[in-house]
Amino acid sequence: MPSNAAITPSTLSVKDFAWQILWNKEKCTLCGQCTAVCPVHAIELGVFRKRVVETSLNLSEKSSAFYKVYNGIRQRTDPAYACIGCATCTMVCPNDAIIPMKTDETDKLKFHVNRGGTPRSRGGRRNVSEGILDQIKFIRISMLTDPALDAGRHEFELRTLLGRVLAPEEQLKALQTNGWIPPVREIYPLIIGAMSFGALSPPMWEGLQMGVAYLNEELKMPVRMCTGEGGCPPRLLRSRFLKYVILQIASGYFGWDEIIHAIPEMKVDPCAIEIKYGQGAKPGDGGLLMWYKVNELIAAIRGVPAGVSLPSPPTHQTKYSIEESVAKMIQSMYMAWGFRVPVYPKISGTSTAMAVLNNLSRNPYAAGLTIDGEDGGTGAAYNVSMNHMGHPIATNIRDAYTTLCAIGMQNEIPLFAGGGIGKNGNLAANAAALIMLGASGVHIGKYIMQAAAGCVGSESDRCNVCNIGQCPKGITSQDPRLYRRLDMEKVAERVVDVYLSFDTELKKIVAPLGRSTSLPIGMSDALGISDHAAAQRLAIKYVV
Amino acid sequence: MCRLFAITSEEPLSPMIAIDALNVMKEGHDGSGVGLFMRDLAGPFEDMKDAPVLSGIFTESGLRRLDRHMMDIGFMTKFKMSIKVAKTPPAGVPKRAIYLIRAYELPEEWDQYGQEKIYEKLVETRLQLRRMGEEENDMIVFSFWPDVIMIKEIGDPMAVAKHLQLDRKDLRARIIMAQGRQNTNYAINLYACHPFFLRGFSTMTNGENTAFVPIKEYLSSRGYPGYMGYQSDSEVFTHILHYMHKKLRLGLESYKHIITPLQDDDLEKHPDGDFLRYLKRCCRKLIIDGPNCVIGCIPDHTLFMVQDRKKLRPGVVGGRPGMFAFSSEICGLDASIEDRDKSKDFQPMYLDMAVVGPDRQEVKICRQTQPLHHLH
Repeated sequence: MPSNAAITPSTLSVKDFAWQILWNKEKCTLCGQCTAVCPVHAIELGVFRKRVVETSLNLSEKSSAFYKVYNGIRQRTDPAYACIGCATCTMVCPNDAIIPMKTDETDKLKFHVNRGGTPRSRGGRRNVSEGILDQIKFIRISMLTDPALDAGRHEFELRTLLGRVLAPEEQLKALQTNGWIPPVREIYPLIIGAMSFGALSPPMWEGLQMGVAYLNEELKMPVRMCTGEGGCPPRLLRSRFLKYVILQIASGYFGWDEIIHAIPEMKVDPCAIEIKYGQGAKPGDGGLLMWYKVNELIAAIRGVPAGVSLPSPPTHQTKYSIEESVAKMIQSMYMAWGFRVPVYPKISGTSTAMAVLNNLSRNPYAAGLTIDGEDGGTGAAYNVSMNHMGHPIATNIRDAYTTLCAIGMQNEIPLFAGGGIGKNGNLAANAAALIMLGASGVHIGKYIMQAAAGCVGSESDRCNVCNIGQCPKGITSQDPRLYRRLDMEKVAERVVDVYLSFDTELKKIVAPLGRSTSLPIGMSDALGISDHAAAQRLAIKYVV
Repeated sequence: MCRLFAITSEEPLSPMIAIDALNVMKEGHDGSGVGLFMRDLAGPFEDMKDAPVLSGIFTESGLRRLDRHMMDIGFMTKFKMSIKVAKTPPAGVPKRAIYLIRAYELPEEWDQYGQEKIYEKLVETRLQLRRMGEEENDMIVFSFWPDVIMIKEIGDPMAVAKHLQLDRKDLRARIIMAQGRQNTNYAINLYACHPFFLRGFSTMTNGENTAFVPIKEYLSSRGYPGYMGYQSDSEVFTHILHYMHKKLRLGLESYKHIITPLQDDDLEKHPDGDFLRYLKRCCRKLIIDGPNCVIGCIPDHTLFMVQDRKKLRPGVVGGRPGMFAFSSEICGLDASIEDRDKSKDFQPMYLDMAVVGPDRQEVKICRQTQPLHHLH
């Protein structure tokens, strides 16, 4: 920019951006792959003019200066084309000549991402890396009086229950009188949480399904996966693999016409039905699939026209009270499958979660409660919702469990926790901490995208363009040119890797605690933390 | 590690037989305490099988408070066994004023109650006394139940037995359970000393139950006043036994199916697999995670031993018709029933429960993979 040019309020320099492209002229081959691959067109071919001074050793000749032109990479400074730090350029560069670097200060771009009066929206999750779950330690190590177990060779029963478990007295009575016994599934406590077909690309979604099927059929691990609100491909609805699937219904009811019509043709029942009332990443907001991603396939599965944004309402529009929203809807869904399929609600973490839980405790059909904490991820939401709305999962789960203990129903309504589990890579430790705080199992979304497909999103606002379908890895894109980068077979392999390694790590946690006969749900005496206030709040030990 | 010994005999025996057995197993425990449970009493208690016997330790003022309270609620002393102790207790044994074993006449107004109600009232009375004792620190109450005596004290079992003169002729029982150590995992407290007792059910345990906290929380939330205390992780075994019998109306053979249920493959093959799977699910919060060897006694005078799924604790049963013993170690068995067919000694493994019924004629082995007898 010339020094006398007009500047506008949103005229920024590269320094003002969150990510700066470092480019090495010496290494660059000018192949152009980086500019071709950049999902947000943050870099472009640059033509640079450079003054060169040439001095001669011969005193009789005058030194001269002249201008040379060279080609290279230029980072655009229009906020609309800001680099997102995905480093796809780095990935494709044959000579490692280019890499985005995070700025060393708060970027100024933050103040200019609302041009046209539209606040920033994005995918990903809250950009906060720390969390209480990583601070929790497992302190009750078995020593001598109750020997620690051999994680590698001992037998472990690590499954959990999804479904309404009757109180022992009621269960025996139901058996004697041939009464109705609510359906209960014995499942692995790590569930692939709700990510819709639409939010995810076809190879990602199918890769997950294939991995889940392999874990069940070949490795006998009863892993389950939730569809999210996007319907379910017709072929899967009519296959025997449907039993590994939790179908989600949410306020947009996307895909449910197809599902309801497939019921008579279903070979097996689905694992469960999840009724989504809220999502941790954008509590109080409905789901959103932006128009970029609504191609003909997605539109057909969801039963909507192609090319339009699909926002679900924040709440189920036909319901106005908790009794209606929860009780009637749960019962209707039970009825659809002849009372053979567990139906449970999922809510976002909130200080009002106990009101929902108390309501469920009085509803004999409620098969569980999933609470999605503030660290949960999403394909699309306003930045402010992601960063500032929501409730941490740890206290929500702990309060819910102690509430159930107080009314004696802690074995009857299983609680599942979601939201940021393993966000720093400590999946098994985070999951075990939540289980010992009272969760019957955990849901993961972002983690499996990162681990099984190489999602580059992080807690430093990197990438996060899931919303516009430009995912550089093809995980959340509906553009075949992008999603062909992802090999679904390899995704399935990674899903299996993740579950096997999680299983080993979970055993390495429970074995030293002396636990093997049952999943240590609510074993709060095993937990410690060096934060006194947190210890008191969670009713676990304070250790320094 | 604790050492456990239990014996059931047609002929009444002195508790010294159990103390002797603990003594030969001394290498395996630290001699820090002793707990005794006696049932099917002989001697002076033989003719008062319906009279509840209060067992505990009292200070002088505690005893006065006890007397006032019991009179207030209508109990009359029927018989008392005086235990006279030396002024100076042996090393390691605290000085106590009164070791009380006293049988009572039930209050007249209880005549209107049925047997079950009377039993519940007896539990309430014991809990009330326990609370009173905890307020003033002047009473420790172990049991208040017909035909049952319990004695617990800190110190070496043999030294305590001599100090309390447990070899006296009028102290005899046909069922005796004894345990030889104070608990080490929580604070020393006589309420943490095995065996534990609740409404006719008693158990003692070797090992640590690592699932203690969730089980304790579950039992505490059942709304039964007797599910309290929990100074020891082993107390839950007694309460689960009670819960299973009295709340779920299930027989003893279901006990192991509740505390360490079968795994999936075995449930698939089990003839009662469906029932057991439902039982496992609804009683999931009562699944223990040992290592634990549990010896227990139920009101019909059946004695049993059960191992947890890990089977990391020793336990053996042996004897002859008319007299059988359960012991942590074979030397304890040898010390008490020498003239037995040792080839029939049995060490229950992770699927087994060894049971000697009230007739004391044989050891019955209930293997979890066998069909159940009485389905409810």
